[in-house]
Amino acid sequence: MRTLAIIVLFGLVMAVLPVFGPTDFTLSFLTLMLLFAYLGQGWNILGGYGGQFSFGNTVFFGAGLYATVIVQVQFGLGPWLGLAAAILAGALVGLFIGWVSFRYGLRGSYFALVTLAFAEVFRIVANSVAITGAGAGLQVPLDPAPANLQFVGRESFYWIILALTVASLLLVWQMERSRFGAYLIAIRDDEDAARALGVDIFRTKLKAIVLVGALTGLGGAFYAQMFLYVDPHIAFGVAVSVEVLLVSIVGGMGTIFGPLLGAAALHLISEVARETMGNTPGLNLALYGALLVVMVTFLPKGLFGLATVSAGRLFKFRRS
Amino acid sequence: MLDPILLWSGLINGLLQGSIYALVALGLTLIYGVLHIINFAHGSLLMLAMYGVFLLFTNFGIDPYAALPILVIGMFALGYGLQRVLIGRASHGRDENILLVTLGISIVIENLALFFFQGDTRTIDVPYAFDSIEIAGVFVAIPRLIAFGAALLIAALLWLMIQRSDVGRAIRAVAKEKQGARLVGINVDHIYAVSYGIGIACLGAAACLLMPTYLVYPTVGHAFVLIAFTVVVLGGMGSFPGALLGGLLIGLCESFGGLFLGESFGQIGIFLVFIAVLLFRPSGLLGSRV
Repeated sequence: MRTLAIIVLFGLVMAVLPVFGPTDFTLSFLTLMLLFAYLGQGWNILGGYGGQFSFGNTVFFGAGLYATVIVQVQFGLGPWLGLAAAILAGALVGLFIGWVSFRYGLRGSYFALVTLAFAEVFRIVANSVAITGAGAGLQVPLDPAPANLQFVGRESFYWIILALTVASLLLVWQMERSRFGAYLIAIRDDEDAARALGVDIFRTKLKAIVLVGALTGLGGAFYAQMFLYVDPHIAFGVAVSVEVLLVSIVGGMGTIFGPLLGAAALHLISEVARETMGNTPGLNLALYGALLVVMVTFLPKGLFGLATVSAGRLFKFRRS
Repeated sequence: MLDPILLWSGLINGLLQGSIYALVALGLTLIYGVLHIINFAHGSLLMLAMYGVFLLFTNFGIDPYAALPILVIGMFALGYGLQRVLIGRASHGRDENILLVTLGISIVIENLALFFFQGDTRTIDVPYAFDSIEIAGVFVAIPRLIAFGAALLIAALLWLMIQRSDVGRAIRAVAKEKQGARLVGINVDHIYAVSYGIGIACLGAAACLLMPTYLVYPTVGHAFVLIAFTVVVLGGMGSFPGALLGGLLIGLCESFGGLFLGESFGQIGIFLVFIAVLLFRPSGLLGSRV
């Protein structure tokens, strides 16, 4: 109940924020932060709760992004169909990758590497075929109208991504309490024991990766409508894959609020780095990287672990 | 039907390129085999070593091949220090933290390089860069031939060291059974750092062999690191002969993929092979732990 209260409170506070007239800069900052909190939550379901580390979540993001844009540009259909196509594309890609890799029992770093390779295959294909506009990418014609899911003000996108983020928090909150969530956590903690207790490992993992695919694909659609552009690098480069796992791990993986905390912390750090280092190329990101290392050194369980770290735990990692 | 000379040159180019991949992958496979970590900093440390060769050449006129011992020792020290001071301490033994730390290190190194050298590509001008010999109708650059020979030699030396020397025995013991190794008096932290150091020292050697024919820029590591992972998995994590074989195969795959499917689309062959190996033979072609 307390968790639900925090989620609702967070949603309400953030929802009324635009009323106080924040600058465009602040709103863009918060929008991107929430986008990565949302995408990070997707990684968190499979990686944090299910223990299946993916290095290639951008494959779902990119599938959704391309689906939205292709439906509009190449088929001349509306963005609403694009939205549906994004969710479907993300889920299908999830189904395919999940089916192939879990069928063959890939675990740990092998699963991580196969997702990375799939993202790379998608990037090369997107770079080479005509329907994706190849290396030049595709652009959605600008035509701002709510019916086109294009908005003039930044507030609309902010509210949409806030709604998505809150929905993802509620989803994970429900998942934690569901049978499916319990199965997933059991698989993370000990796959063989879970199997011995009758958990259908393959089905549970497959369900999780399809869910993650659909969620992340929808995030790709959001990105498509906001920036109206896609190219192979944005869609299937390593940036999104890395950032979604960063926000989850830094925030605390396998916790409801981990990705949100992580996204807030990392975006703040990168903003601070930019402010202190000015616009010199390189130095701000170097500081960002250094702060990341420092943070991992002192907060090994993520930001969320700050609240839950116990004395016993402290002794445990001192020993090892 | 393709001209046989094209196939022949594809074969030679593939093998030469593959030996470079093998060089980069040798260190990675050692680090993975012993420390069981995916070293995200591998590509940026290679880039760092390449800048090292570049600076030694432009500032002191030291030939890349003469710089090899300097680079190998320097990179070993850097690797040893990084693992001992930063990675080992910051990771608290948790895999996901090691990942974050190596990622953080690579972000720092890459962006410092961007700050000091900007995004420009740099090359060094050695007199022998364009010397080549003809092998049955195909011209082969001598520096690439040297790199090929050196890759074989380094793989053999590493293998000998791991199999025969005391350090090698300790490394294998730690890789197999950390607690057991500690019990018989092996300093595990030291061995971890040594393994990481040797892995990074391989990058120093690779950089010296690469620079006569390659160019360096801050993100040059990206081009190598994903392929290096592919090579490591293909050959079997922790296996040096495997890394060598995997590197050559991936080089051939890229070369013939490019020949039949075009330069950019041809790369897809590498990753399809990678996925197939992961699915059907995840222990790799010569899979065995160090």
